[in-house]
Amino acid sequence: MTATETTSIPDVLKTAESWRGAGRSVALATVVETWGSAPRPVGSHLVIDAEGNFEGSVSGGCVEGAVVSEAIDVIETGKPTTLEFGVADETAWRVGLSCGGRIRVYVEPVS
Amino acid sequence: MDFSLLTDLNKDRAARRAAILVTEMTDGRQRLVRKSDDFSADPLAEELAKRFRSGKSGMITTEGGEVFLNVSLPAPRLVIIGAVHISQALVPMAEVAGLDVTVIDPRTAFATEDRFPGSTLKADWPEEVLKDTPLDAFTAVAAVTHDPKIDDFPLMEALKTGCFYVGALGSRKTHAKRLERFTEAGLAPELFDRIDAPIGLDIGAASPEEIAVAVLGAIIKALRTAPGVAA
Repeated sequence: MTATETTSIPDVLKTAESWRGAGRSVALATVVETWGSAPRPVGSHLVIDAEGNFEGSVSGGCVEGAVVSEAIDVIETGKPTTLEFGVADETAWRVGLSCGGRIRVYVEPVS
Repeated sequence: MDFSLLTDLNKDRAARRAAILVTEMTDGRQRLVRKSDDFSADPLAEELAKRFRSGKSGMITTEGGEVFLNVSLPAPRLVIIGAVHISQALVPMAEVAGLDVTVIDPRTAFATEDRFPGSTLKADWPEEVLKDTPLDAFTAVAAVTHDPKIDDFPLMEALKTGCFYVGALGSRKTHAKRLERFTEAGLAPELFDRIDAPIGLDIGAASPEEIAVAVLGAIIKALRTAPGVAA
């Protein structure tokens, strides 16, 4: 038995596999680059389905909402995309990282 | 990501195999490289080897454009020798911190499902258990039985296999006697510094629960400061 089976802490890649395996349309978001103080390290994942359900994190909760809505587009088009978030971003007032860092997130469909 | 690639990656993770997912950012093409594969002919061979050593994921720039390397190392594991009071507190805390926990104790009065509900519990001698599930560099060992007949073997194995954390309960006096036995058993003395004894961070822990916090703190410190252990 593993830690993930004895507690409720999710394993994002396993969640992605089980959601997709159950026939749900799924996208996977991955932090591919960070600058300055970023809340989650490079390689962190967020899995999203077409209804906007998600598990995992790519930031401390600052930009997940924006990533989820982009991921729904990725599921529809089937085309991966790269997103950037940070204080220098013009959308900083709406979605940005309060810690002052910048992150780049790759969003791809699981097909 | 291709679904079959995702299931392959999850299989590697379940089997504790180190792997790197390579993503070409220009066209989204992906492939999986396992540490056990012969990847010397791979155009990124040098970079891949470096990433396996450091455990760090990251973006690199090649002639063909940007390439993202996502390093997947085996989940850190904690093997606790001794189903004692400290362990009852340490198991749930270590699981919350993301460690895969196993408790080994041949004393069946201690190793009971009642005392460790839902845990991976092995009521057998460490010699027997470690035959099937050997220690490795991604494993921490905490020996807390106070009984050399039970603690000594797994501690020596932990040192030999390069476990990222090796902790042993006992006073300085007990530990000095332990090192005498290890020397007699032919273990290289230069390995002795790797043992955390008295066990755990020095936070003045008194109760079994507090000692569990001190031990978990020491494990996380070792995990996050040793190269190539944590992704």
